[in-house]
Amino acid sequence: MPGTVLTEELEISHGGTGGGAGDGRGDDSSGRGGGSPSELPTRIYQTGVWLALAAIVMFFMALVSAYIVRKGLTDWRTLTLPKILWLNTAVLIASSITLERARHAFTHDNESGFRLWWSITTALGFCFLAGQYVAWRQLAASGFYLATNASSSFFYVLTAAHAVHLLGGIAALLYVLIRGWAHLRRRNGIGAEVAGVYWHFMDGLWVFLLLVLQMGR
Amino acid sequence: MTTHGATTAHVHKAPEGFIWKYVFSQDHKVIGIQYFCLALFAVFLGMTLSVLMRMRLAWPGVKIPFMSSDFTPEMYLALLTMHGTIMVFMVLTTAPQSGFGNYFLPIQIGAADMAFPVLNMLSFWTTFVSLMVLIAAFFVEGGAPIGGWTAYPPLSALGSIAGPGQGAGMTLWIISIAIFCAASLMGAINFITTTIDLRARGLSLMRLPLTVWAWFVTAILSLLAFGVLLAAGILLLLDRVAGTSFFIPGGLVVSGVVQSQHTGGSPLLWQHLFWFFGHPEVYIAILPGMGVASHVLATFARKPVFGYRAMVYAICGIGFLGFMVWGHHMFISGMSPYSAFAFSIMTMAIGVPSAIKTFNWLGTLWGGQIRLTTAMLFALGFVSLFISGGLSGLFLAQPALDLPLHDTYFVVAHFHLIMGVAAIFGIFTATYYWFPKMYGRMMSEGLGKLHFAITLPGVYLIFMPMHFLGMAGHPRRYADLTGVAYLKDLLPVQQFITWVAFATIAAQFIFLFNFLWSLKFGQRAEINPWRATTLEWTIPSPPPWDNFAGHEPIVYHGPYEYSVPGHAEDFIPQNQDPASVARSLASGVPGGVPGNDARLKR
Repeated sequence: MPGTVLTEELEISHGGTGGGAGDGRGDDSSGRGGGSPSELPTRIYQTGVWLALAAIVMFFMALVSAYIVRKGLTDWRTLTLPKILWLNTAVLIASSITLERARHAFTHDNESGFRLWWSITTALGFCFLAGQYVAWRQLAASGFYLATNASSSFFYVLTAAHAVHLLGGIAALLYVLIRGWAHLRRRNGIGAEVAGVYWHFMDGLWVFLLLVLQMGR
Repeated sequence: MTTHGATTAHVHKAPEGFIWKYVFSQDHKVIGIQYFCLALFAVFLGMTLSVLMRMRLAWPGVKIPFMSSDFTPEMYLALLTMHGTIMVFMVLTTAPQSGFGNYFLPIQIGAADMAFPVLNMLSFWTTFVSLMVLIAAFFVEGGAPIGGWTAYPPLSALGSIAGPGQGAGMTLWIISIAIFCAASLMGAINFITTTIDLRARGLSLMRLPLTVWAWFVTAILSLLAFGVLLAAGILLLLDRVAGTSFFIPGGLVVSGVVQSQHTGGSPLLWQHLFWFFGHPEVYIAILPGMGVASHVLATFARKPVFGYRAMVYAICGIGFLGFMVWGHHMFISGMSPYSAFAFSIMTMAIGVPSAIKTFNWLGTLWGGQIRLTTAMLFALGFVSLFISGGLSGLFLAQPALDLPLHDTYFVVAHFHLIMGVAAIFGIFTATYYWFPKMYGRMMSEGLGKLHFAITLPGVYLIFMPMHFLGMAGHPRRYADLTGVAYLKDLLPVQQFITWVAFATIAAQFIFLFNFLWSLKFGQRAEINPWRATTLEWTIPSPPPWDNFAGHEPIVYHGPYEYSVPGHAEDFIPQNQDPASVARSLASGVPGGVPGNDARLKR
């Protein structure tokens, strides 16, 4: 048996990438062999951010499933969501659009356009957080505090958890913003790309959470 | 060193100065050793707690010399909680995965370091903070929490009215676990990214050593499970400090006081969230041990792992099924019998991939030229413990049998054998096997075999009688049951177990001595003392800071090419040039085997 295995192995040429099953090796021009030899392949940052997002999804799924279970119990009181949430949502979606404008400018080597749209995206992110704070104040003014009822508890927990993750996104946007153009252009702009993936995901996550909170009241 | 390597990536510059070299190091090898030392400290702490508990169980009136007060049942519960938490999180999750995985995963895949070295460093120091916060729970008012490592509400959610330790101690416990979750998630992202993206050329997935497969799947389990525990921990913390009612039901009366500020929460909700994490956690602890056992069995049987692909699929299958069975911890929680039936079937289905692994281990040994080194002995011990600990799982997987056995010593025996001792044997296997590579010196085989000769019978004599205690109806988590007539007769069994535990624990100091002594005085290790095939055995012992000295190895062979017929050597390193293998096969003369200038004398 081992003899036949060996013959098989001998046929692998030196240049082979090993044919890892469906893991995307060898299809990335910025991987090993290309680009600067002193750096790791840029795909690690893409892999890393998607893995982080998978962990974040599990975290929010745990909260949402707890929400669904807890909602089925007898003491649940319906929560009227503050209207400003819809405005906040529009702001956040707009930020995803401006982010894409920035990325478009980036691919066309337009630094001023990139910096303008990227700054607008960051500003919209701050606007969203400010709007969420207003929503909390409004909810508190209507008598719903963190411990008032499980419905308000979940509202504060889900929005706060999302806000914390969004703050991470803002930190990433600012990190890209303060970098010099030459640094950003290095390695196919992986920094801007990863920050963008994360930002869009936080946007989508918010829309999902809002739908859960609205439809699951 | 192979001459066929391309220039590889330099992840970071060579560290300078003590702080950056040994404290805030970004080198995966240093971080691996840091994790190992943390786990070593934690395991002796956890073991000390278990000694105290065993003394209380065997001699109910016992006075502990350095304790001023009486040994109260509450103190027993605090020791129990901290023993479980320290062992599960700080030892079983930390040593096999973060310790050995960190050290050897990058080397075995031919990488210079982890994908994200800074994240790796942060991950360790976050774990360190988590351990410190956990230990701090001993020193706050009321002492350590008494709710067990599962921290079931409502008692874990109410504060000090639920007992000493349920106040500040419990809060610190939750914070510690939340920090640990963050650390584990960072580690998981690093492990998975490294395995996917940084494998050497030619190292396809089906050429990965089974150790790498086990660490990889374990990291996926960590990634998906720890976020859930973090979410549950946050909700529990809010119930305690912010007055919310996620887990605390309304109208609850505790110590004669109605907990009126809470309404309608569900304690069962915590159980679901906790065990959705908790069951995969069992596999997080044991999968790396399975990987190491497979690896070491093949090395010392001088045979390829029997059914390599089946082993890979079994690891994946166990990981997948691990997420489907959390309900089997909750059979007596009042769940629908239909749910219990589904969870039961899924649980017993795990027996299939487990049996595949077991039979493949036996198949690997069959007809091999077995060399009983200490590492091999512990790997065999692992297989033995995996079988005997796993079989009792089939009993507990059946709701009808779980009803009487739940919360008895039968369960204690089961999870200690399968999750505790088997995983610890995996750690011992890894330590004896890789010590020469990590420190450049051999551990004493004589002391190692003495350690094994006491430990294996020791753990069986400790945990086998516990099955009978459980079947006799002895419940777990009680400091003593001497007031109960039918249990009083079981006291001699508890005393026997305690005496054996003393002896077994004493044997662990042989290990500790061997470890420390060999660091300084052990025989110098060659590059490849075990004549093994994987990449870590092609570089110096201990490896340089960038592992492959700026070269990327190219892999041409599977991980377990032992005793290939016609080949002069009885092993082919993964990076051996195929042309030299072909020459060797043609002429029977050994071809330039990288790193093979070292020969084992025996």
